[in-house]
Amino acid sequence: MDHKFDAKRIAHLASLSLNETEASSLNQQVDKILAAIDKMQTIDTTNIEPLINPLDYNTPLREDEVTETDQRDTLQKLAPKVSAGLYIVPQVIASANEDK
Amino acid sequence: MSDQMTIFELSNALAQKKISSVEITKRCLENIKKANPKLNCFITINEEQALQDASTADASIAKNENSILTGIPFAHKDIFCTKNIKTSCASLMLDNFIAPYDATVVTKMASAGMVSVGKLNMDEFAMGSSNEHSHYGAATNPWNKNVTPGGSSGGSAAAVAANLVPATTGTDTGGSIRQPASFCGVTGLKPTYGRVSRFGMIAFASSLDQAGPITKTAQDAAMVLQAMAGHDPKDSTSANEATPDYLATINDTIKNKTIGIPKQYFSEILDPEIAAAIEETIKVYENLGCKIKNISLPHTDLGVAAYYVIAPAECSANLARYDGVRYGYRCKDPKDLEDLYKRSRSEAFGEEVKRRIMLGTYVLSSGYYDAYYRKAQQIRRLVRDEFIKEFADVDFILTPTTPTCAYNLGQKQDPAKIYAGDIYTIPTNLAGLPGISIPIGFNKQQLPIGGQLIAPHFNEQMLLQAAHQYQQQTDWHLQHPQNILSDKE
Repeated sequence: MDHKFDAKRIAHLASLSLNETEASSLNQQVDKILAAIDKMQTIDTTNIEPLINPLDYNTPLREDEVTETDQRDTLQKLAPKVSAGLYIVPQVIASANEDK
Repeated sequence: MSDQMTIFELSNALAQKKISSVEITKRCLENIKKANPKLNCFITINEEQALQDASTADASIAKNENSILTGIPFAHKDIFCTKNIKTSCASLMLDNFIAPYDATVVTKMASAGMVSVGKLNMDEFAMGSSNEHSHYGAATNPWNKNVTPGGSSGGSAAAVAANLVPATTGTDTGGSIRQPASFCGVTGLKPTYGRVSRFGMIAFASSLDQAGPITKTAQDAAMVLQAMAGHDPKDSTSANEATPDYLATINDTIKNKTIGIPKQYFSEILDPEIAAAIEETIKVYENLGCKIKNISLPHTDLGVAAYYVIAPAECSANLARYDGVRYGYRCKDPKDLEDLYKRSRSEAFGEEVKRRIMLGTYVLSSGYYDAYYRKAQQIRRLVRDEFIKEFADVDFILTPTTPTCAYNLGQKQDPAKIYAGDIYTIPTNLAGLPGISIPIGFNKQQLPIGGQLIAPHFNEQMLLQAAHQYQQQTDWHLQHPQNILSDKE
């Protein structure tokens, strides 16, 4: 298989940041891992159904009823920054009078 | 009271009022304080709560309202959410995380009256085979301080091997109970996928993860599994299967049972000393009246390839939640949202975790999903189906647990090479089958050798019977490392 593992691109997709040394080291390591994984291509799996759950179970369903209780205060005690029940992060949307 | 007592022995002593849970728990806590600086197997020790729970257990025993596990001290791998107690997954990402609820496994074992003394070291987010990938430093093997206890449940296996507690919980995604049990000379059981609830067990790879006990004996594993197992509506993958009485059947004869020996597990990569120990194990089973049949599991080596696509893929999805927003580590002074996500994750995840997230993201990415992830799931079906086919003719399967014994800490090995070491344990996870590792000998360096038994889905009884009856004929499981609890090196 032709590998196009580009550590910097994949890091962006995974919301990770890498410096040049880390990216170069990962490119080499992952290339070796992918070479080992390529063994999978040596067998024909046409018409074999993928196995997602080892027991082949379907997801069980339940009645559409509210069963969870409001635990916002308890859970937000764990948060780095909250205010008025909201999780606070750096501004995402620019204000109207900011330069674009 | 001896530190080497099993749960079965301690339970009898408690029932006969020869000893109290407070005494046993105090002794465990003293031993942990003595040994942990050398072994580094505990991340958190909950002395005050443990002694309170032990006292409650003693009150229950006094009123004859106890179960056979009431008052037995143990510890949880730090992957199980424990309410109001730090639950770190050995990661900087969760170093500040105090779990707001108990995992189902935690609740069940507490309801059985067991006394949790603390949380155990592990490879970060259960990714690793040596317990070196921990934010809190490597755990060491009680048999040799320069050697790994295995992973990811390294702390769990080391704590039992060193007689600090008679039982621990572990988790197994590609071998993370069985391999450290093998490296540390103890008994480690991975139940059938779905047998034990994953609710509150921090997820690595959701279609592979399974919790199980690590103990000194198969008999003890039966007792602890009894407490851990059972359907849980809060886990949508929890199997709706009745839990048998494991102790009640553990002495059922295994005479005339057929043991499958798969040829693919005995190739040139297997250490000859381990191969020799398996030959001796076969003789023990033959003396117990078992028949031996050579079998073939031809897709065994493809299992490693498929696993190292599926597990990282699922891990990349499961670890996406760690974004510095709602809990866990947040980087200082993020300049925008993207910086918050990227720096929080990059600063807080270790190298192995980042490597697996990257690999997983790649194999799921556009253009590669079919060639990698879908292909791996097709191979998964082939791996599972060939086990089912062989189980039509054999009752259980015997293999080595690992191709080598425990190796030295600090070896900077190629990740691809380390991954290949999981070859004998991975297929069991892919297939969702139950597997147990038991001590079957020692190598020339006095490091433990483990043998693995694999049974059909939901037939943990077969494993426990076969393991227990082997342990009644041998004494490998009764060997203990020296000098852990003394001041000698």
